[in-house]
Order: sequence, then C-alpha cells, then structure tokens
Amino acid sequence: MLKLVIVNLFRNPLRTFLTMASVTVALFLFCALGGILDTLQESIKVGSESRLVTRNKISLVQWIPMAYRQRIEAVPGVKRVAIQNWFGAQDPADTKGFFAQFAVDDPWYGVYGKDYELVDATPSSAPADIPEGADPRLASYFQEQTACVVGQKLMEKKGWKLGQTINLAGTIYPGTWPFTIRAVYHAKKKSFGDETMFFHYKYLNEKGMGGFGAVGTYVLELNDPSQASAITHAVDSQFENAAPATLTETEQAFQAGFVSMYGNIPFVLRVIGLAIVFSILLIAANTMMTSIRERTSEFGVLKTLGFTDGAVFRMVVIEAAVITLGGGLLGSLGARALVTGASVPGGFFPPMSIYWGTVLTGIAIAVVIGAVSGLVPAVQASRLRIVDALRRVE
Amino acid sequence: MASVDVRNVVKVYRRQTEELRVLDGLTLSIPDGAFVALMGPSGSGKTTLLNLIGGIDQPTSGDLEVAGTNIARLKGAQLARWRSASIGYVFQLYNLIPVLTALENVELPLLLVRMSPGERRKRAETALKLVGLGERLKHYPRQLSGGQEQRVAIARAIVSDPQVLLADEPTGDLDRKSAEEVLELLSRLNREFKKTIVMVTHDPHAAERATTRYHLDKGVLSN
Repeated sequence: MLKLVIVNLFRNPLRTFLTMASVTVALFLFCALGGILDTLQESIKVGSESRLVTRNKISLVQWIPMAYRQRIEAVPGVKRVAIQNWFGAQDPADTKGFFAQFAVDDPWYGVYGKDYELVDATPSSAPADIPEGADPRLASYFQEQTACVVGQKLMEKKGWKLGQTINLAGTIYPGTWPFTIRAVYHAKKKSFGDETMFFHYKYLNEKGMGGFGAVGTYVLELNDPSQASAITHAVDSQFENAAPATLTETEQAFQAGFVSMYGNIPFVLRVIGLAIVFSILLIAANTMMTSIRERTSEFGVLKTLGFTDGAVFRMVVIEAAVITLGGGLLGSLGARALVTGASVPGGFFPPMSIYWGTVLTGIAIAVVIGAVSGLVPAVQASRLRIVDALRRVE
Repeated sequence: MASVDVRNVVKVYRRQTEELRVLDGLTLSIPDGAFVALMGPSGSGKTTLLNLIGGIDQPTSGDLEVAGTNIARLKGAQLARWRSASIGYVFQLYNLIPVLTALENVELPLLLVRMSPGERRKRAETALKLVGLGERLKHYPRQLSGGQEQRVAIARAIVSDPQVLLADEPTGDLDRKSAEEVLELLSRLNREFKKTIVMVTHDPHAAERATTRYHLDKGVLSN
C-alpha cells in the first residue's frame, strides 16, 4: 500500500514538487510571522524579578528628574538604582543601519552584571572604581567619558574594532558625538541582545542636556524580589503629587508595556499567517482533487481487484499527508534554522526567536492541511462505484 | 457442480423518472471448468451480467451464486474480499496502472493477501512467465504492445489463483495476431488449469474458442 502511495507521489513529480513547495513556503512564512510574535514574547523575558523600572507616569518618552534618584534609593528594600536613557543617534556612514544606544551610569553595569559578559576590553593604565557586580575589565571604560561598550554582533556588523573612535549623529540630542569603543560584550541571555551600544550617562548629560539631568528610566535593583509590590507602591507614592509623577513596575511589565505599543500588529500577523495557511489549504485540496480525478479508472481497477473502500480512502489521505507534511517539515524547520538569530531592525528587540511551539504548530497545521485537502478526494474515491469508475474510460 | 449460478436476476437502471430494465429475470448456470462466450448487440446487457457475476455491481433482485458464495447478499468490504479471492477480471482496455511495472501490476492483487514480499514476487513472476512475458518483468505498460499489455492483465487476473475468470471484450482492442495469442492463452487456462471463463465478445471468431456460447438480447438469454 505504501509503495503505491510513493509511486503515485512520483507519478507527476513536477506537480508534487510544486504542491510541496507551496506548502513549504506557506509554513515558512507562517513560522517566520510566528517568530516575530515569539521575539516580542522573548523581549519581555529580558526583565528580571529582582529589578523594577521607574519612568514618567504620563509617557515613556517624558523624562523624570535626576533629583528623584536619592529619594528612590532611600526606599527600604532598594539595593541600588541605575540610570538608563534612550539616545537614538545615527551612524552617518550607515543611516539605515539603525541600532539602539543607551546612556547608562556606572552602577548599571553592576545591576545587569549577570546578563552580559565581556569578550574584549582595552587594558586599563590606572586603577578605577568598579561597581559591585561589574566586570573589572571595564576599568578603562570607567576612566574615559567618551568611552562606550558595544555588543559583539554589532561590532561584526559595522566592522568596528576595539579602540576605534566612531562618530554618531544625534537626533534627539543634536550634534556629532564621538565615542571610543573600550569594551565588547556578549549577551549571556539571548533576550539581552548583542546589538546595543552603552555609554556614559554623564557624557550625555553634560554634552546633550547642559547638565540638566533629565532621566529616561531608573532601574531599581531589589534586595528581596518578594517585596517588589510594596516597593513599587512606596516609590510611586513619594511622587504622587509631584510633577512629574512616576510609574514603577517590574521590568517584565515594563517590557510588556513596550511591546503593547505595537498595538494590533500581533493580531494582524496572526490573521495574515492564517490567511496564508487557508489559501494553501485550498490549493492543496484542488491539486489533490485533480490528481484523484485523473485516476478515477485506476481506483475502479483497484476495487475490482479487491481493494476495499477503506483502503482506497487511506491511500488518498496518506498521499495528501505526505505532500503537506513534507512541505510542512521543510517550511517550519527551515524557518527555525534560517530566521532564528536574525537581527530585528531598530535594535529594540533581541535577535529573532522561533519557539519550538511555533514550529510544532506549523507542522501540526501541515498535517491538518493534508488531512483536510485529502479528505474530500478520499471520500470521493472511496465512494466511487466500480462500474461508474470503469465507464469513464471505456 | 456449477461455478456460476444466476437465478432469476433482474437489473434495473434508474435515470431520474425513467427505468431501464437491462436484465429481466435472467437464469444461467455455468458448470465448473466451462469456457462460456456471451454475445449480443450493444446494450443487450452482456457487460452488466459480467459485472454482476464479478460482484462489481449489484442485482436489483434475484440470486447470484459464484464460486460457492451467494454474492447478492454480500456488501462492501465482504464483497471486496470475495472478489480478491475468487475472481480474476480482464478488461477490454487492459487497465494496467501506468506507473507500475508489469511485475508490480501483477503483484497488486497479492498486496491484499498476507504474504512475504519474496513470495509475492515469485508468484507474480510465475504468472508472467505463464503468459509468456518472463522477459518483460521490469517493463512499464507504455513499453509494451497492446497484446503484451493484455497478457499482463491476464497474469494479474490469475495470480491469486481465482476459480473464475471474467473477460470483457479481451480482444476488442487488439490486432488479429495479438487477439489469437490472447484467445489461445485463455483456452489454455481453461484446458490446463481448469479455470471457469466467462467472456463477453462481439467477435464470432473469438466466441468459437468457447465451449458454450450464449446470445443475450434485450436482457433475454438464448443458446
């Protein structure tokens, strides 16, 4: 029986190939689109339970004063506070190759010390104060105001070298901004991302803000994550009647809120994915129907020889399933192999991820397409009366 | 003992409101080992009778006992299993599966029987040798002449060693020489292997090979 199925698959190799290819492409797209959703999900994972983020209550793009820092640090349960400020400059040599840059203060490297590791750094000529939890090799960075730390993948992409001075053109903070690369990092957690640049907040404050001290977000490291809710309340209640008021939330909630700014895009992606799958279902069903119709007399012969209706039904369904499952495996696994790790333009998100769950969903969809597309012709073939089938030829 | 026993069989085709009575109370008894030719004009019901005997169509009423089984009462899978074990069918247009070799075509009925691949192949080879195509095992139908295709079809019909062979115009699409070869083969199967053969034909020359000839006209049988 299986041999008959295989032989029939190669009866019209071009048609089988094209049908399988269409399923492959559809499932590749489905999984790639699913990968975008997975990547959004992955970006939420950057958050740690032991960290909170405090921002302006009105909007993420509004600033909060530097003066809040001491008051936040004084809240019981807060171990330390770090500054993280979006910079948003461009590389004049590659204006379309956008990447994320953050101005951060020294404690930030300790707060995130477990999320990255240094792969290279300029040796320091003099000792420097290293924040608790930060890599001592960052000494040369801490000693130089225009120094920066760059992700390994970004270095490779831009072709930059350690020690090189790069000039970025400011957008939010106008002017030309020279930076010297003093360290290269590799993300320990994929969600941390390997394509970001970090530099001194002090540099931004002095050159870009005239020492005004506006802060984008504060990152709060906690002594005890179980106290997060109480600390959130304690921080925000301090500034409840101040201008501006603050909003403190867990880092995960902060990231999720960031993702939610994409609005209905995840929904649209799901709809597009399902539309692709549905259209392929119709194509596969049509192909199977044509293939079966061409073999009507052969089914009549097989039944005359003693093949039961059930055997004919199974033969057709298996044939459809092999075509679509083959395409589904190629498309879904191909998407995971080729798309995983690809950069997401903008630098806001970690590299593309396609969860195994998405791949398995793709494969399951391929099986369903096979079953559904094979079902109608299989029922037709199994119900075919022998005399009618033979009459179509004779 | 009768190999085929048709008793008072009626076959009516219904097309919308119209009824077409193709066989009207037909009774026929074919003894074991007989070679019967069924003749008659087009639309006389020859193929319908053959289909009823072969269990690929059902009578409207009446009884059909073929190879020891009353097939009028069998349905679906039971009937399919019976066909597989008891009947060999030869079509006018050979009806070989074009993507299978001669050997694979002959093996087809044996796929329904519990049998090792080696045994299956051996039996299919024997059947093909019997019809004189031992050298054409790997040939596809398109690589064979019409006469050779029909002989492969006969090998396929006999490979599971059925008691009854049914042939519907087996020489209808062949030249004279090939037709003679096929008729000789059927005669041999009847003579040497004692197969009961029921052959529908328009050709009086082909009918001469049969030991008994019946004439069917408007659903009524005569000698």
